Amino acid sequence: MADQKTKQLNTGDADYEQMAKKAGSLSKRIFHARASYLMIAPYFFLFFFFTIMPVCASILLSFTYFNMLEFPEFAGWANYLKLFLEDEIFLKAFKNTIVFAVITGPVSYFMCLLFAWIINEFHGKLRAFLTLIFYAPSISGQAYLVWLLIFSGDRYGWLNGFLLNWGFVNQPQIWLKTEKYIMPIMIVIQLWMSLGTGFLSFIAGLQTVDKSLYEAGAMDGIKNRWQELWYITLPAMRPQLMFGAVMQITQSFAVADVSIQMFGNPSVNYAGATVVTHLLDYSTTRFEMGYASAIATVLFFLMIGSNKLVQRLLRRVGE
Amino acid sequence: MAKTTEANLTLKPKKRLFHREKQLNRSMAGNTLLFILMGICGVFMVFPLFYMVNQSLKPLDELFKYPPTILVHHPTFSNFVDLFFAMSDSWVPMTRYILNTFLITGGGVLGHIIIASLAAYPLAKHTFPGKKILFSMVVLSMMFSYTVTQIPNYMIISWLHINNTYLALIVPAWQYGMGLYLMKQFMEQIPDSLIESARLDGASELRVFVSIIMPNVKPAWLTLAIFQFQQMWGNTGSMFLRSEQLKPFQYAVQQIAAGGAARAGVAQAAQLLIAAVPITFFLICQSNILETMTSSGLKD
Repeated sequence: MADQKTKQLNTGDADYEQMAKKAGSLSKRIFHARASYLMIAPYFFLFFFFTIMPVCASILLSFTYFNMLEFPEFAGWANYLKLFLEDEIFLKAFKNTIVFAVITGPVSYFMCLLFAWIINEFHGKLRAFLTLIFYAPSISGQAYLVWLLIFSGDRYGWLNGFLLNWGFVNQPQIWLKTEKYIMPIMIVIQLWMSLGTGFLSFIAGLQTVDKSLYEAGAMDGIKNRWQELWYITLPAMRPQLMFGAVMQITQSFAVADVSIQMFGNPSVNYAGATVVTHLLDYSTTRFEMGYASAIATVLFFLMIGSNKLVQRLLRRVGE
Repeated sequence: MAKTTEANLTLKPKKRLFHREKQLNRSMAGNTLLFILMGICGVFMVFPLFYMVNQSLKPLDELFKYPPTILVHHPTFSNFVDLFFAMSDSWVPMTRYILNTFLITGGGVLGHIIIASLAAYPLAKHTFPGKKILFSMVVLSMMFSYTVTQIPNYMIISWLHINNTYLALIVPAWQYGMGLYLMKQFMEQIPDSLIESARLDGASELRVFVSIIMPNVKPAWLTLAIFQFQQMWGNTGSMFLRSEQLKPFQYAVQQIAAGGAARAGVAQAAQLLIAAVPITFFLICQSNILETMTSSGLKD
């Protein structure tokens, strides 16, 4: 097949041999790339055992009823039908997750980029120290629990104390148990925590941008740092931007810990429910793994879809 | 816009040239604005660290004071002393826990960097059949919620008979998708000409990988080391490790901390101790990221 294709390409005879060598038949190409396969072999061997197999098993489980004690029982599309047609809480959680991701995803992403870019202006130990300060909310998994002090519902909660002192309210607000405050608080906390994986990869990415590009840019008439950012820096670090976007998607859609620790699971009237809190409810409280797997599969496709969208947008950077 | 060409006098002459290059297209007003912004945000961000240190210095009566105080009034190191004593009379000696952590975290970080980078290089710079599919499988796998894969994962680990060994924690950590993705993205940026010239000199692919690729993506693997260290440090292994002699240090410290109200002060000190290790590691890695790039101007 591949041989025929190369023949059809109307190239000179001298080129033809090289082309044939390069394209070859599939088995020849595989043989030629044996060094590549050897290098990826250890990783993908493990990847098969510890990622592909569990993921496939979970997708299969999503078509069963599985309570973790008895052998899974085939259930067809029942889990999915229940999910979309009967489970009102899931629909609420789904809506919450979309709202949350649409707001925090892009804002967090731009914050990562902005702060990485600013920190890149600093040098030496100061830079490492500043990076630590901004990364601090992500460095220990439970750092966001300090927000419990701020939003504590009694009058010793810091926000309540402040508001009472200045006369904005005349009685303490129960921030974490009031439906209308839950989503905004969750978004604020997530934004505060947003300088994580993407942020560090941007910082490393900025270090690898070729410095001579800036001089060349200055000669070509780039006048300020914003133009420099858009026309030189960002296109040069497009691989990192892609990486950051994927990490951002996985973080924004999979939010759960913040919601559970701050508002409980279930939260008041499910105002803080997200797809993953719902999933955790079914997997770790009710032990309905088949149903939980179905939720995970839906979330998986939701993330894939948004990933496609974001990657398309990122291709236009610097145009 | 007035360009600031003032060279920083504290820098050595050799570095000054480099510094001036970086000052291209920078206005004084813009700099000031950015510094102020950084200052304000920094205060909010550093708060949990500050809080942790502050809490660990509070004596027990201050920890339980109501209404709670923010700043410590009578700072004391007694919490750390108590923690140290609690640690020194544990059933399994503390040094064993430290050795376990060293093996688990060290093995997880080092192995992951090597295996993931080794796989990332062909994915970034070679062409071979199946490359695109393999790579997108890795990226997509990060989007599957790990909560539901835990059970199949546990079954696979039992089936491989590595349950209750270090390997149950280390080996799965070697294949996290994020590391491969990160390394691949950075390797893509290395100019092909650099690799090509090494090949012309007769270097094998492994040789290219070791002496051209890895030094050029040092910021990437240092960053990956930070992520992986955090991941391994956070995983106390309670799911797979049953023998007490195999459990990591942070697990032992958490057990000491979970001793109720009497241990509340110790718990605060333990929290700081547990956080201090990744922070130290973070600072070491971050300051080395900087060091590389000022010393090597190697680009095409």
